[in-house]
Amino acid sequence: MDAKKGRFGIFGGQYVPETLMGALIELEENYELFKDDESFKSDLNYYLREYAGRPTPLYLAQRLTGHYGAKAIYLKREDLCHTGSHKINNTLGQALLAKRMGKSRLIAETGAGQHGVATATAAAMLGLKCAIYMGSRDIERQSLNVYRMKLLGSDVIEVKSGSMTLKDAINEAMRDWVKNIDDTHYVIGSVVGPHPYPVMVRDFQSIIGHETRDQILEKEGRLPDFILACVGGGSNSIGIFHAFLDSEVKLVGVEAGGFGLETEKHGASLERGGPGVLHGSLSFVLQDEFGQIREAHSVSAGLDYPGVGPEHAYLKEYGRVGYFSVTDEEALNAFNLLSRYEGILPALESSHALAYLEKMGELIEGKIVAVCLSGRGDKDVGVVSQFLGEEIKAI
Amino acid sequence: MSRIDDVFSKARGEGRLAFIPFVTAGFPDENNSRELIKGLCDVGVDLIEVGIPFSDPIADGPVIQASSNIALSNGMNISGAIKLVSDLSDEISCPIVFMTYYNPIYRYGLDRFAVDCRRFGIAGVIVPDLPLEEAGEWVISARSNELDTIFMVAPTSSEERIKLIAENTLGFLYCVSLKGVTGARQGISGSTLDFILKVRSLTDKPIAVGFGISDAGQVKQLKGCADGVIMGSKLMQIMLDCPDSKGGVAEVLGLVEDILNESVIRY
Repeated sequence: MDAKKGRFGIFGGQYVPETLMGALIELEENYELFKDDESFKSDLNYYLREYAGRPTPLYLAQRLTGHYGAKAIYLKREDLCHTGSHKINNTLGQALLAKRMGKSRLIAETGAGQHGVATATAAAMLGLKCAIYMGSRDIERQSLNVYRMKLLGSDVIEVKSGSMTLKDAINEAMRDWVKNIDDTHYVIGSVVGPHPYPVMVRDFQSIIGHETRDQILEKEGRLPDFILACVGGGSNSIGIFHAFLDSEVKLVGVEAGGFGLETEKHGASLERGGPGVLHGSLSFVLQDEFGQIREAHSVSAGLDYPGVGPEHAYLKEYGRVGYFSVTDEEALNAFNLLSRYEGILPALESSHALAYLEKMGELIEGKIVAVCLSGRGDKDVGVVSQFLGEEIKAI
Repeated sequence: MSRIDDVFSKARGEGRLAFIPFVTAGFPDENNSRELIKGLCDVGVDLIEVGIPFSDPIADGPVIQASSNIALSNGMNISGAIKLVSDLSDEISCPIVFMTYYNPIYRYGLDRFAVDCRRFGIAGVIVPDLPLEEAGEWVISARSNELDTIFMVAPTSSEERIKLIAENTLGFLYCVSLKGVTGARQGISGSTLDFILKVRSLTDKPIAVGFGISDAGQVKQLKGCADGVIMGSKLMQIMLDCPDSKGGVAEVLGLVEDILNESVIRY
């Protein structure tokens, strides 16, 4: 599918200042060198297994299955990964690569804080310095993760420019990288950014789909009818979709509908955006008629991003994946439902994928569905309590 | 010979560096932005780089970010910037180049933008997030409309890349003086001078040095190795610091005039 270097159809590319080109070329060369290197692969597999806790279970959610009248609803439990989300799959890969490239410092952007925590964790474990860029608004709504990163020995740098969320944190991390290119590797947390990031991050995350495929074949003797995953930048969704692209499985990406697509307060880049260049690649972006990037909105900080990975743009255009959205409220309802039916607090990001079950109606009856539960929801209880109008206190 | 070629051969002939100020279109407001461009031309700068503000300027430091945000909140955009310059075209004699990130021109339409630039007498365009590898389509649109496509080299560019970029740039080669984003800095380091001398040895095209240029002393240091200097953040900082916009324009023009009059940019 990577017909031209770093391109998915017309999407992708390397739209970055010349100052970064040297670093991208170096990264691409090293990634090409190490991705098939036996010692690198065995190192990465070791840490994924012994440190991150892979493989993660494919759990049959029986009460949820009964509730929706499906044949089986399975949850791919990325929330059980060390640090609480799928982000560690990628940060371990990139941190090991950075170390082999002789870099001594990692930087990363973070929205919900999950990628920041996962980067800070890999940095601590491998003895690398680490700085995490995070927008002021996200710092406010994800204060627990901010403190976790600090405990892990990382600097958390507050970004006060623009919308003060993920998009601006990426801008600031890129500016840091331009300045500190000699000793620093920029760990991008999603399948966005200039080539080789969308390919590299996808490769590191595709373990989600490979495991799911093996597990479902073992449990059901066949592939599922549907796979659902949330899409912000799109790393957990690409990760689970990729092993199924060549199958008949219906793949559904669920974007952040925010207050509703008619309100402009959402993060549905694929449904409501148009082709544009943001953060180094051509993809779908939320923008005005003059090409200025619009602010996204989502109750979930991890989906609050006006762009999306270029491979998703391609899969949409190509028609292989269906992209839909659910609102903040629908996601919060799904959060509550899973908590009460299965005893699992899902991340608000993953709650978007779960909320789509509700929208499937009769489509789901008698079907096998796998949902990527990309992260756990402990970080979100503050936001949820605000939404419910309840104060968190000891009873 | 393009108009930018003329600028550099004239400066070379007079034994001096070409002076190129950068201003953000629509900052601090549309009227004063127009006055500033006109004033800079009147005091005798060689070429003016007019920045079209963008919401996510990844190559820019805090000052240009702030000026861009103010311009955007004033309603400035790519159409507005074209109009602003076209309104001035009868009143100014020095050539203008646009600096814009890629998304605004991608959205506007590459051909449409190139045609409009030509119609309103723009001499060239700098697109900081469009490296040579991605520039193919834009180069076709620009060159069929007699626009110079100005490319950048950076201290991180390999010798091979510098040669290739120099071959493909038109007008001049924009030499990014440091590893970093735009913003005023003190002095010019030895490694920066080495880098510029390396670029000099690889091309005969005019070289203009930008990023971090803030005073006459630095300009002096560049004599003999570069053909021009670009000063942006320093000028926009003055405007940001000045409580009234008119006063800001006057102060910027005063500084630029001093630099030009002190003849410090003469060899």
